[in-house]
Amino acid sequence: MPDFILKPLTALGHDHPEVDILGPWTITERADIALASLALRRGRLGDVQTAAAAAGVPLPQAGASASGAVYSAFWMTPEMWMVEAPYASHEDIRAHLLPAFGDAASITEQTDAWVRFDLAGAGLERLFERLSNFDLAKAPAGAATRTVMEHLGCYLIKRSDTLVTIYGPRSSAQSLHHALTVAAQSVL
Amino acid sequence: MSQSNRIAGGLIDRSQTLRFQFDGLPYTGHPGDTLASALLANGVRLMGRSFKYHRPRGPISAGSEEPNALVELRSGARQEPNTRATVAELFDGLTAQSQNRWPSLKFDALAINDRFNSFLTAGFYYKTFMWPASFWEKVYEPIIRRAAGLGSLTRLEDPDTYDKGFLHCDILIIGAGPAGLSAALTAGRSGARVILADEDFRMGGRLNAETFELGDQAGAAWADAAVGELASLPNVRLMARTTVVGAFDHGIYGAVERVSDHLLEPAAGKPRQTFWRIYTQRAILTGGATERPIAFENNDRPGIMLAGSLRAYANRWGVAVGDRTAIFTNNDDGLRTALDLQAKGVDVVAVIDSREGGALLPGIRHLRGAEVIDSAGRLGLSSITVRQANGATEVIKANALGVSGGWNPNVNITSHHRSRPIWRDDIAAFVPGTGEIANLSVAGAAAGTLSTHGALVTGDASARAALESLGLTAKAASLPKAEDAPVRITPMWYVKGANRAWIDPQNDVTVKDIKLAHQENFTSVEHLKRYTTLGMATDQGKTGNVLGLAVMAGLTGKTIPDTGTTIYRPPYTPVALGTLGGRGRGQEFKPFRLTPSHKWALEQGAVFVEVGYWLRTQWLPKAGETEWRQSVDREVLATRKSVGICDVTTLGKIDIQGTDAGAFLDKVYANTFSSLGVGKCRYGLMLREDGMVFDDGTTARMGQNEYVMTTTTANAVTVFRHLEFCRQVLWPDMDVQLISTTEAWAQFSVAGPNARKLLQKVVDQDISDAAFPYMGAGNITVGGLRARLFRISFSGELAYEIAVPTRYGDAMIRKLMEAGAEYDAVVYGTEALGVMRIEKGHVAGNELNGTSTALNMGLGKMVSRKKDSIGMLLSQREGMTRDDGLRLVGVKPVNPTAELKAGSHFLKTGAVARAENDDGWITSLVYSPHLGHYIALGYLKNGAQRIGEKMRAVNLLAGTDTEIEIVSPHFIDPEGERLRA
Repeated sequence: MPDFILKPLTALGHDHPEVDILGPWTITERADIALASLALRRGRLGDVQTAAAAAGVPLPQAGASASGAVYSAFWMTPEMWMVEAPYASHEDIRAHLLPAFGDAASITEQTDAWVRFDLAGAGLERLFERLSNFDLAKAPAGAATRTVMEHLGCYLIKRSDTLVTIYGPRSSAQSLHHALTVAAQSVL
Repeated sequence: MSQSNRIAGGLIDRSQTLRFQFDGLPYTGHPGDTLASALLANGVRLMGRSFKYHRPRGPISAGSEEPNALVELRSGARQEPNTRATVAELFDGLTAQSQNRWPSLKFDALAINDRFNSFLTAGFYYKTFMWPASFWEKVYEPIIRRAAGLGSLTRLEDPDTYDKGFLHCDILIIGAGPAGLSAALTAGRSGARVILADEDFRMGGRLNAETFELGDQAGAAWADAAVGELASLPNVRLMARTTVVGAFDHGIYGAVERVSDHLLEPAAGKPRQTFWRIYTQRAILTGGATERPIAFENNDRPGIMLAGSLRAYANRWGVAVGDRTAIFTNNDDGLRTALDLQAKGVDVVAVIDSREGGALLPGIRHLRGAEVIDSAGRLGLSSITVRQANGATEVIKANALGVSGGWNPNVNITSHHRSRPIWRDDIAAFVPGTGEIANLSVAGAAAGTLSTHGALVTGDASARAALESLGLTAKAASLPKAEDAPVRITPMWYVKGANRAWIDPQNDVTVKDIKLAHQENFTSVEHLKRYTTLGMATDQGKTGNVLGLAVMAGLTGKTIPDTGTTIYRPPYTPVALGTLGGRGRGQEFKPFRLTPSHKWALEQGAVFVEVGYWLRTQWLPKAGETEWRQSVDREVLATRKSVGICDVTTLGKIDIQGTDAGAFLDKVYANTFSSLGVGKCRYGLMLREDGMVFDDGTTARMGQNEYVMTTTTANAVTVFRHLEFCRQVLWPDMDVQLISTTEAWAQFSVAGPNARKLLQKVVDQDISDAAFPYMGAGNITVGGLRARLFRISFSGELAYEIAVPTRYGDAMIRKLMEAGAEYDAVVYGTEALGVMRIEKGHVAGNELNGTSTALNMGLGKMVSRKKDSIGMLLSQREGMTRDDGLRLVGVKPVNPTAELKAGSHFLKTGAVARAENDDGWITSLVYSPHLGHYIALGYLKNGAQRIGEKMRAVNLLAGTDTEIEIVSPHFIDPEGERLRA
């Protein structure tokens, strides 16, 4: 990662990501993931699929996420995905993706548009039933959805039965973090 | 006081004693008690006063249907009025007060109303307090509110929190009586995801209140075993203390879980109540039935209650309400109460059975063909007057009377989508109508199947049907043998000749009131309800509605089904507004959006303003500045003199890509963007379909097929939504992709004569006027970090907007301030921003008011006729293009020391301040520190032709009338030399 003269802050406003342990659950702010949206240009599905396969960018089906060696992705809306990559190596993720996809896709930098929280531990559905109308218990591992939590439009990705990722609007990171911790305390 | 009325048995834990207070007096009870059962155990029958007549009242029920025993529970900020003592779970330290009485419950001065009952009939208020009209709000209403009513509010802030949540299941079962438990066992054993909710703190429903057996177990023991098995199933969620209050669309049910109501106060971090939204594939209503009374003269005294409730108090709570108990019934279930009480050793002095003939109960004085025609006892029942079959009357001493007029299935929830109940003669009751709520079935007593056997069988069958419809297979079930007594009832609604016989005790509606409604032709069910208030308030007529209908049917000569029925709406039982609000109050009412410079601004002592969810810096006071204008004036002057910085991250930013991106922008903007060169910005005007201005902002072309649109802060979401609508619906064939990047970039405006010098110290590229001309846009770097630079100006000064990835926003503001120190750089807030844009004559929210066109704003030439765009055609309507229409103008006071008032209207000199003389109005107004006087923008009729005209700005509300001069809206640098410097 380049060493810029400007010093970054996490979405919660600290030098380092915050970690909260609440009962069986750990809520971890993640500042080490780069994001870019990838949308099909009209009629270029085949080109994008080919490019994605070559670049190792998974293109999961609707309502799903998928992981690759470097890139992971989750479905956002028809013909659009959010691509994840390690921030340390892909700080300028768009510059990494553009050569692979050329003019077949529209790629937009999204890294700092979002705050990411990873929630780990058993029984997360008890926590999320306070926050979202998404049926986490029934969803398979890999499920990804857009949902609203405390008025905030978020993406929720069920990585496994014990790991859930939330992407929420970065400017509301403190409000979202508050909602997550309060919900956890309400259940415990 | 000892628990003098406590008898053997019951489902209470006598090993523990709970202490509580009612009206300041100490009492004891046990875990498992309700407040009502504990008070009755202590010999307290008087628990409240009635709504209108202030008559002494005690509980008539043992459940949520209770209309009488309403108390103020707890004290201080946690005090809650209108709490039903019959469902308030007893806890150690509970305090409760009676309500709607003065000075005390035993002596209530307002009981004088009862003496004037002949005046206070239905419609009294409507007829009496009609004139003078001015008296209503100030005189009549306050008096009536004080005299009539329920509990009082403390006006203290509720210290507790409330939660909300979302649950999902295959089958929701509402009510955990025999039918509900049977359904839950069948559904749960199949592996389906089941939620079983019950409003009681102990599941089992009537099984907890009866003595009969299921198989070889007592009913309550069978219920306990069933609950135990269900609790062991991971696919079943048991929710006691949870009332399903409403059925909503798409299989969504609302439920209130009383998480901490049974505790002195909630545990730390825990909510008091949680409002659940339950999403279910199928629902089974097994909500049981509610007994109804028979109306007779003075049937509202404490000690008179529903027979099934009298039985419940004895069987479940080990309480004999009185030591001389009578029963008045028209059906066999009333006889069951007599037998149970007798078996408990209670002295049953008589059973008054309105039915003639038939077998007599052994060992009990069973009067067939008899009626209770009156009662006596000032603060509680002391005797009843009975008219026997032969016409003879007799006064019988009794301090408890159980009344059974039959059972009404709890159809409430089935009506929530407007299904009307159906009358069944065989049980003399309404049963649920069908079909209105998709995927809801009804079983057990709620469906009119009133035996325990019937409840078990129909509960099981409903679950099987639900499972089958979900593609699941039910396992074979072995139902226990249970009582299957038929319903034997001879309907009798009220004793003939009775007048002051209470139908709806909560609203003090009597037979006499219904007679009056009939006499005055309010015979329609809906009119009856509203004229008499029958069935309103907290109990929603659970005990009184059908009785009232029956009385009206008798008066009109119609049948009950022909008379009709009102239907029920959510909620099934009262829900506190705090519960519906959840955590959304105070600071948690909504989330906040913080700008990238928020942390820095907080350190500087900034004053923030809410702009939607955003908190923006409004101004930044410096030491010695005691008044906001000082700060704002300083920020404006410093910016115009040297350089100022403002966080403009909040402006909406939308990334627009695709081979048709330019053509798309040409359609959504009134002016042209496809011709914009790469690396350039242009101001854009967006119209609504009706030709009015929707939004404005600059859009930059960052690549051949790549634009970045800027929107106003207020319209960031609505513009994005609009663009998505255009892309997906209007022109789905266009190759356009959209995504918001508002949050991705921390963007700062750097404005003022020294803006370039400051920025040149920060960025890595040459940004001289030649290298980066006015309206330029491009990707640059800041110390190697990728950034974006736009040369645009809202202030009229030489200005740029620089954007860096948001995580560097805090460092960027600090870097800019550090680099700007030699230029005395300031950070300016939204107030200074507003001053400078008005000085420059830029329109903003006040001018973009939804009723203004581009022409009104002086931007008519921006609407290109060479292409089609949204709103172009309709903006050319005759009325919107008239030459003498409203035009944006500048305004200044003729006397520079005069103060202008916002909201003032323009009037010609000498014109009378009336609407027909109104020539327009001031839209935006500030004090210009640069010019040293107030300035304003406004819309003026034929404004473009009236520059230089002297007029008046009149504000009738403020009482001001100021002479003004109409000037160009561009107060500062009208030629635009500064921003092109």
